[in-house]
Amino acid sequence: MRRLRSLILAGLVAVAAAAPAVASEEMEYPKNEWSHGGVTRGFSNIFGTFDRKALQRGFQVYKEVCSACHSMNLLSYRNLSALGYNEAEITAIAAGYDMTDGPNDEGEMFTRKGVPADHFKAPFPNEKAAAAANGGKAPPDLSLIVKARKGGEDYIVALMTGFEPAPAGFTVPSGGNYNKAFPGHVIAMPPPLSDGGVTFADGTKATVEQQAKDVATFLAWAAEPNLEARHQMGLKVMIFLIVLAGILYAAKRAVWADQH
Amino acid sequence: MAHGPSSSFKNPVVNWLDQRLPIFTMIQKEYGVFPTPRNFNYFWNFGAIAMIMLVTMIVSGIVLAMHYTPNTNLAFNSVERIMRDVNFGWLIRYIHMNGASFFFIAVYIHIFRGLYYGSYKKPRELLWIIGVVIFLLMMATAFMGYVLPWGQMSFWGATVITNLFSALPLVGQDIVTLLWGGFSVDNPTLNRFFALHYLLPFVIAAVVFLHVAALHITGSNNPLGVEPKGPQDTLPFHPYYTVKDSFGTVVYLAIFAAFVFYAPNFFGEPDNYIQANPMVTPPHIVPEWYFLPYYAILRSITFDISIPFTGLKLIEAKLGGVIAMFGSIAILFILPWLDTSPVRSARFRPIFKKGILAFLVAFFLLMYVGAQTADAAWHLGGLEIPLVYVGQFATLVYFGFFLSLPFVGLIEKPLPLPASIAKPVLGGGASAAGATAKPMEKA
Repeated sequence: MRRLRSLILAGLVAVAAAAPAVASEEMEYPKNEWSHGGVTRGFSNIFGTFDRKALQRGFQVYKEVCSACHSMNLLSYRNLSALGYNEAEITAIAAGYDMTDGPNDEGEMFTRKGVPADHFKAPFPNEKAAAAANGGKAPPDLSLIVKARKGGEDYIVALMTGFEPAPAGFTVPSGGNYNKAFPGHVIAMPPPLSDGGVTFADGTKATVEQQAKDVATFLAWAAEPNLEARHQMGLKVMIFLIVLAGILYAAKRAVWADQH
Repeated sequence: MAHGPSSSFKNPVVNWLDQRLPIFTMIQKEYGVFPTPRNFNYFWNFGAIAMIMLVTMIVSGIVLAMHYTPNTNLAFNSVERIMRDVNFGWLIRYIHMNGASFFFIAVYIHIFRGLYYGSYKKPRELLWIIGVVIFLLMMATAFMGYVLPWGQMSFWGATVITNLFSALPLVGQDIVTLLWGGFSVDNPTLNRFFALHYLLPFVIAAVVFLHVAALHITGSNNPLGVEPKGPQDTLPFHPYYTVKDSFGTVVYLAIFAAFVFYAPNFFGEPDNYIQANPMVTPPHIVPEWYFLPYYAILRSITFDISIPFTGLKLIEAKLGGVIAMFGSIAILFILPWLDTSPVRSARFRPIFKKGILAFLVAFFLLMYVGAQTADAAWHLGGLEIPLVYVGQFATLVYFGFFLSLPFVGLIEKPLPLPASIAKPVLGGGASAAGATAKPMEKA
């Protein structure tokens, strides 16, 4: 038993020792502190909850800046209650959009005001239209973007704050922008955030950095809306299993007492 | 009940039932008093753990199937609907997603335990072979299951792996068309994979039944690899191993739960949260972690095999890779006859023990190499070692371990075996009186 265990350990150590020596072409992003622990990080904050104020600010950034080009098709306005908005506020937010519905009994499509049950209104009617309006490639849907990129929230922050003049000798093709965090460094999206580009209702100073962190928090929630429920249930399940394991260990000792 | 066995259970209902269908007698015989070697270590928990994981996967999978839609336009969003709108859908889906990984972890440990302690040897050859069949069925099921969420890695993984079959001569392309149900991975592929992904777990359950039935004919192997010689060497399965298996299983479930609740995407690929797009190839296609060693073996065969000096190609590199990959599993089928040593446990086999350590390191190395890009390299000082060489070396060790077994058995001098299980366990061969007496009192 002990010999087999040391054998397996030796194997793992050998691989672990070899791993860091590999030439890594993947980018590393500066790690930020997240009150929710980071959606893709794992074991980072098992009690983590989303910062409600940051969520609301992040939603504002999405609504006023990102949503001009990026859809969030998997979200509905009703989901915003998780951000701390009440029913009247959500109804008002949804009513700010005109939705195409139908066909009605006459067979006609018609326009109505949005309701909380509606999905977020997409900026373009379809992917082709989105691509045509954006130089041939549709801007990605942001519903799952934090889980769909290596680095998660940290990648979003790095990308939002990574616009800078291209270094000497680096040619940026026309229609592209230099970004130190984007794989390949050439991104079609122009720098979306600017200092004071939005005005936060809670008086927080809207630096690019602040907006980037807030929108990353919002996108993290959008990608993993059940994170808080998961953390809460996890605690109960872990306590239950650990106590049960303890009881079973005691039972095992008792049953085996006459055999040792 | 003139011809039936007589039952003597105290409960009259149980008795009535048992005289007509002796399930209680069977449970009593196979899981109550069943004589089990007394010296199991915790590696013997993993059979029970794998069984629990299979049940977990079937139960969570059936619930997922109630909400899932196998259509290329709807599959991705139906999974996201489970994650967002179905009550506890996120929990069920994360259990199923991580359950696959923990099923494989349990089964890999279970297989390695069998290798290390020689559980594949006479009289357990068939038991071992049935186990390898289960492993193959698991791989097919897991592969098809990974396609169902219809993310980028689902689609491109399916494309790469199904394309492998095209390397087979004559029938290859027809097999691929059959797998796809068309001329590319598309809606028919998704539909048949869903149907098979739902079917195969029940086939696995049936084969697991055969596995357990065969086990109960030969009885379990044990860490010493010495057959029990009498009642002093065994314990009744219940309560000794029911309680030990329960403890081990709950500890395993606690680790599993830690991942489900605190790192549910640890084993996943970010790319699979992007809907499948046949027009965009991800920069780096990797299979799930449990396939990585075989994927590395596949990619290690980078050369054609030809007759020297004639330029006559016998086997193209692609076909060679496919043969090596399937061969790496197929070799397990003949393992009982490759190993010529009569000694089972590696504890008493000095050369075999070194060999299996090398094999284990090679396995982890292959797993690591399989996760890297094809042109990755190690930089040690000024030296650049392309990982494909590392993979080829590890592949050599992998097959070398199995193919050297006939010779190892001939040249190896095994350490002296204990006279019986009870002897080293109890020290000095004191008789284990009461070990098996009146087992039901414990219940």
